[in-house]
Formats: sequence, structure tokens, C-alpha cells
Amino acid sequence: MDFRLSPDLMEMKNSIRDFIDNVVDPLAGQIDQDDHIPEHIMKLTKDIGLFGLSIPEEYGGTGIDMVGKCSIYEEIGRTSNGYTTVIGAHTGIGTVGIVDMGTEEQKRRYLPGMASGDIIGAFALTEPSAGSNAVALKTTAVRKGDKYILNGSKHYITNASIADLFTVMAVTDSSKGAKGITSFLVDKSAPGFIIGKTEEKMGLRGSHSSEIFFEDCEVPIENVLGVEGLGYVNALTILANGRAGLAARNLGSSQKLFELSVKYAHEREQFGKPIFEQQIIQHYLAEMAMDIETLRSFTYRVAWMVDQGMNVIKEAAMAKLLGSEIYNRIADKAVQIHGGLGYMKDFPIERYYRDARITKIYEGTSEIQKNIIAAQIHKEYMKTASPAHIK
Amino acid sequence: MNIFVLVKRTFDTEEKIVVSGGKIQEDGAEFIINPYDEYAIEEAIQKRDALGGKVTVVTIGGEDAEKQLRTALAMGADEAVLINTEDDLDELDQYSSAYILSEYLKDKEADLILAGNVAIDGGSGQVGPRLADLLGINYVTTVTSLEIDGTNVKIVRDIEGDSEVLETSLPLLVTAQQGLNEPRYPSLPGIMKAKKKPLEELELDDLDIDEDDVEVKVETVEIYLPPQKAAGRVLEGDLSAQVKELVNLLHSEAKVI
Ligand SMILES: Cc1cc2nc3c(=O)[nH]c(=O)nc-3n(C[C@H](O)[C@H](O)[C@H](O)COP(=O)(O)OP(=O)(O)OC[C@H]3O[C@@H](n4cnc5c(N)ncnc54)[C@H](O)[C@@H]3O)c2cc1C
Ligand SMILES: Cc1cc2nc3c(=O)[nH]c(=O)nc-3n(C[C@H](O)[C@H](O)[C@H](O)COP(=O)(O)OP(=O)(O)OC[C@H]3O[C@@H](n4cnc5c(N)ncnc54)[C@H](O)[C@@H]3O)c2cc1C
Repeated sequence: MDFRLSPDLMEMKNSIRDFIDNVVDPLAGQIDQDDHIPEHIMKLTKDIGLFGLSIPEEYGGTGIDMVGKCSIYEEIGRTSNGYTTVIGAHTGIGTVGIVDMGTEEQKRRYLPGMASGDIIGAFALTEPSAGSNAVALKTTAVRKGDKYILNGSKHYITNASIADLFTVMAVTDSSKGAKGITSFLVDKSAPGFIIGKTEEKMGLRGSHSSEIFFEDCEVPIENVLGVEGLGYVNALTILANGRAGLAARNLGSSQKLFELSVKYAHEREQFGKPIFEQQIIQHYLAEMAMDIETLRSFTYRVAWMVDQGMNVIKEAAMAKLLGSEIYNRIADKAVQIHGGLGYMKDFPIERYYRDARITKIYEGTSEIQKNIIAAQIHKEYMKTASPAHIK
Repeated sequence: MNIFVLVKRTFDTEEKIVVSGGKIQEDGAEFIINPYDEYAIEEAIQKRDALGGKVTVVTIGGEDAEKQLRTALAMGADEAVLINTEDDLDELDQYSSAYILSEYLKDKEADLILAGNVAIDGGSGQVGPRLADLLGINYVTTVTSLEIDGTNVKIVRDIEGDSEVLETSLPLLVTAQQGLNEPRYPSLPGIMKAKKKPLEELELDDLDIDEDDVEVKVETVEIYLPPQKAAGRVLEGDLSAQVKELVNLLHSEAKVI
């Protein structure tokens, strides 16, 4: 067992860390305040190749495996989570569907632009009445000649306001439930496609989530992604593969909070000595360090499993859950260690505290992750148990 | 345009320097491309992209310097050359470095050679000018702007607080000053591609250089860290007493009046 990353990967990771720490992070407070990522940061992010993280080399991307992706995600977690989310949504749920399920023609049409960041991707599953229960979709797609006509709406769609290409799940056969859902690649210029209002959020500022509407929206049949009727399965696969990536982003944010907390604890003096000398502060930091190492080991193991082609439904749900729980615990402790300063906007801690909260909700809530884990536990038991044990 | 860039592997600017046994300890230290050389690499890439041609990065050093060359390739240089002196030489100085580089470059028909203004470790700023002299070509140091039109070159150089505008012609060697450009970060696809770019390794033999030809001319007598700054002293008492004491101290302790 070798826990080291390859030298090439280390070089990529270090290069991205330098870029994040020195170029992006100095503007993280401004991104939060303005709810906007400066154009020059977006341009540099494209130049450095971050938008092509999930895209094979032959289509102009980086072509790295899941371990590689996670090691980069870890670094982009070290700054504004709004920034992280814009890249995460594009390189994760926004592009992996086309990479994994697209036809050669679709890949050639979209992936080079997505790799350079000229085409931004978004993923549109959630609807006002279909959140955790994604099977309850109401958006419909009806075949008419060589087109599908989409009607309905989605909400909370990350990157919608800047995206050029949407992976949209819609019902093609309402009699078949989960098996009657199909994925479509919808161009932002499609007739009848409307982007609605952008939500005001607690955190992730700089990343925008919006409503979208389909009013007799026309999508050519060649834009069906994967097989008709397998859209829900596609969505679940796209989400599952992304979960280790979200854990890695949370790992990076946790690590950043830990570094800031260790530094502050050594510098801040009360009662005539650094607060680090108080045992309770030491214990907070010891717990944070232990949480981070646990998350790091587990995240990379799940990523490695993905790269081996193993089934990771259970482990990816665990990583997503663990990552968001740990990030939230660490953000809370970081605020505590910083005292009043931890609550102030002059300092980055409160931003991470707000940003951490969403990780227990999006890409499947914590409760839903536990449901997934439990369902897998049950399935494994049913496979091994003799019929006599099963009531 | 046939462009060469001289690159040196140096200590990371954030490293704490530890001196022991008369030497700077390298164990566990991080190494980087000399920051001024990054401006040189960036400028070379921009000039190639605008005018066509090829960028070759060259370093003298040991096996470890391959990492910095790969980074330069990842930024966008086309080829790299490592002149490996590890087995042949214990020491290098400005003279021997310039000599080795001139032997390598003499038949390369370089149009433009870029180097850093200084290396942040030795800080001599001599290798570039010495090399130009050996090659018999023009050189300009501390360049902050470089415009090439055919073989005519218009340069702005930094002259400590002011700038000077010069015109010269190719072939030319320039040393890059901060402000010349904003060096790019190596991109992820760039790092992948760098692995497949040519990296040639040469030894002194390959350049027909005899070890005696490159015996160093500089002797290092001693290496030590700058003395620790002593804490300042705050004078107390009423103003006229403080002034009196200050004058006294300047006289007796600092011995400046
Ligand atoms: C900032 C942000 C960005 C987003 N980006 C995207 C995006 O890009 N694309 C996209 O498609 N969606 C996106 N979403 C939607 C997100 O995935 C959903 O918000 C999430 O799945 C939860 O759905 P819901 O909000 O409807 O909550 P609900 O499903 O209504 O859940 C409410 C509560 O009930 C619990 N609950 C529900 N069902 C169960 C159950 N069976 N067992 C136990 N507890 C249950 C939930 O865990 C939760 O605590 C985004 C959301 C946010 C906030
Ligand atoms: C929104 C807001 C409103 C406020 N309003 C007022 C106000 O109206 N009037 C007013 O006077 N003050 C006010 N305060 C100040 C507030 O009471 C202090 O922020 C608080 O007492 C903590 O002090 P500190 O921020 O300096 O943190 P520090 O004292 O530096 O504490 C940093 C960390 O070290 C820990 N620590 C420190 N000493 C020890 C120890 N001996 N043992 C164990 N752990 C220790 C703390 O528990 C904390 O986790 C306000 C603060 C905020 C944020």
C-alpha cells in the first residue's frame, strides 16, 4: 500500500495550490461581499486548465483519474467556496455526464469548449416539488418529429446564470416512474429555454443558483444523453461519482480552517500567554487534525476505488456525509478558537462557517446519504444471509 | 526566432536558511525556478507565440534541476537542456557558468537569449553579461519591456528609480527585471504535455570542455547569516532629559557624532 501521490500529480497539486493561495484567495473576501467572481480570476482559472479537469486529453482536458481530481479539488477547497462551487459544478455534475455517456459526436461538439471553459456546464435535476425525491419530476419531454418538446421548471440550478449547456432530466414516460426519465443536453439558446431569478443565499457567494423554465422548449433528438428512460440512473451515477470530489473540496476547506486556527492560537494571547497553551484549545486542534486525516484517508480511498472501477455507491455516500459533517464541525471550532474575530467579516472564518452549511444539503442531503448507506448495508446482508435468517 | 532561456534552480524564497559547517544546508529545503528567470521564461513564450520559433530552456546543475526544467516546459517552453556537472565539478562560479553556457550556445545561432536579472541565491547578476561577452553579442540588463520588430529591438530598462529607453538589434541577450510581465502558472494540460517534451542531458565531455577550463575563480571565504537585529530601546523621562540622553548615546555608544 502506497499512500503517496505520483510526482506528476504532486506537481499539479502544488501548482494549483500556489495559484489558489496567491491569486484567488486574496480576493475571496471580495468575492463573498460582491457575490461575484472577478472576470480576470475566471480567465486565469480557464488558462490554468481547471475547467478541463474531468475531460480526457484527446478532447483538450487534463485527463486525470479520480485520485488526481480529488487532489486538485482539495486545493481549490482552500478558498471562497463560491469559487470552488463554480468549478466543482462545471467539472463535476456539469461535464461528467457527457464524458461518461455522451456519443462521440456529442463529445466532439462540446468537450473541447468545456475543457477550455468557453462552454460552462450545469446540471438540472431538482424541481420545486422534486428535491430529495428526485423521481417525482414534473418536467416533461414529448417527442415530436426529430425534436423533443420540454415543459416545466427547475430550481436551485448552480451555474445556470453563466452556463451554456445544461444536462436536464425530464419525464419521457410518466407510466414508468424512475425508468421513464431521460437526460437531455440543452443549449442555453434553445427556443423556449428561460433562465429565471438567481437566489440570494447564506453562503457560496460568487456561485449563483437559479430557476430555469422550459416553455415548449425544443431540443433536437441528437441531444438525448445516454439511453432514453435511463436518465434517472444516469443522474444517480453522475451524482455518486461526484461525491468523493465534494468530500475532497470539503477536506481542503477544513485544512485551510485548521491552518488558520493553529496560527491564531499561537499568536493570540490572553491571560498572559498564547491561547494555544490552554488545554481546551489544544484539544480542539487535536480533534480537528484527527478529523482531517480521517477524511483525507477515506476520500482518497474512495477515489482510488472509483479508479479501479469498483462499486462505490455506499462508500461515496459515506465520504460525502463524512466530509460535510467534518467540515461543519471544524468550521464551528474554528469560529470558537477565533473568539469574537471568528464572527467578524474582516476575517475569513465566518465565511467558511456559512459556506460549510450547504454541504449537508446539496448533492443529496445528509439524511439521504444515510438512506443510501443503509440500503447498501441491507443489500449486502440479503446477499450473504441464508433464507432462514430473513423474516 | 530561436530563443534560449537561462534558468537556475534556487532556494524557495520562503525557506529559512540554515548555515552549518560553512555551508547552506539543503536538506529538506524546497527549490524553485529563480523568480527572475520566470519573467525570462514568460517573455520567451510570449515572443515565440507572437513571432514564431522555439524556446529552449537551459540550466547547469545536477539531476535535481530536472524538476525546474519540467516546470518551464509546463509553462510552455518547447525543449529543455540540462548541463549536468554533478559528477565533474564541485563548484561553479559566474565565470565557469558563463563559460559552460557559451560552449553550449556558440553554435546554436540564438536570436535571443533571456536570463534573470539576478539569481536570488548568489545575487551576482553576472552570468548573463559574461555569456553575451563570450558569445560576442549585445546585451541589456534589468529589462522591463522588450519590443522586437524584425531584427530591431526596443527596450525599456530599469535604472533604479528611473527607466531608460534603448534601441539595439538581434542577436541579443537580455536579463529580465520584475515588471517585465506576469509569469503564468503552469497549466494542468501543460504539466501533462511537459512530460512528453524533449529534455536533453549533457555533460562537460559532450561540450568538449576540460575540467581545468572551468576551474572557479571565486573563492568563498566564509558564509554567515546577517546579524540578528537587536531590539530597539525606548528612552524615558521628560523630553529634555530624553534628548540629552539621545545625544549622549549617539556620541558614546553609536559613535556617530
Ligand atoms: C446552493 C444550492 C445549489 C444547488 N445546486 C443544484 C444543481 O446544480 N442542480 C440540481 O439539480 N440541484 C441543485 N440543488 C438542489 C439540491 O440538490 C436540493 O436542495 C437537495 O437535494 C435537497 O432537496 P430539497 O431542497 O428539495 O429538500 P427536501 O428534499 O424537501 O428535504 C427537506 C428535508 O427533508 C429531509 N428528507 C427528505 N426526504 C427524506 C427521506 N426520505 N428520509 C429522510 N429525510 C428526508 C431532507 O434530508 C431534508 O432534511 C442545489 C441546492 C442548493 C441549496
Ligand atoms: C457580535 C459581538 C458583540 C459583542 N458585544 C460586546 C459588548 O457589547 N461589550 C463588550 O464589552 N464586549 C462585547 N463583545 C466582546 C465579546 O464578549 C468577546 O468577543 C468575548 O469575550 C471573547 O473575547 P475575544 O473575542 O477577545 O476572544 P479571546 O478571549 O481571544 O478567546 C479566543 C479563544 O480562546 C479561548 N480562551 C481564552 N482564554 C481562555 C482560557 N483561560 N481558558 C480556555 N480558553 C480560553 C476562548 O474561549 C476562545 O475560544 C462582543 C463580541 C461580538 C463578537
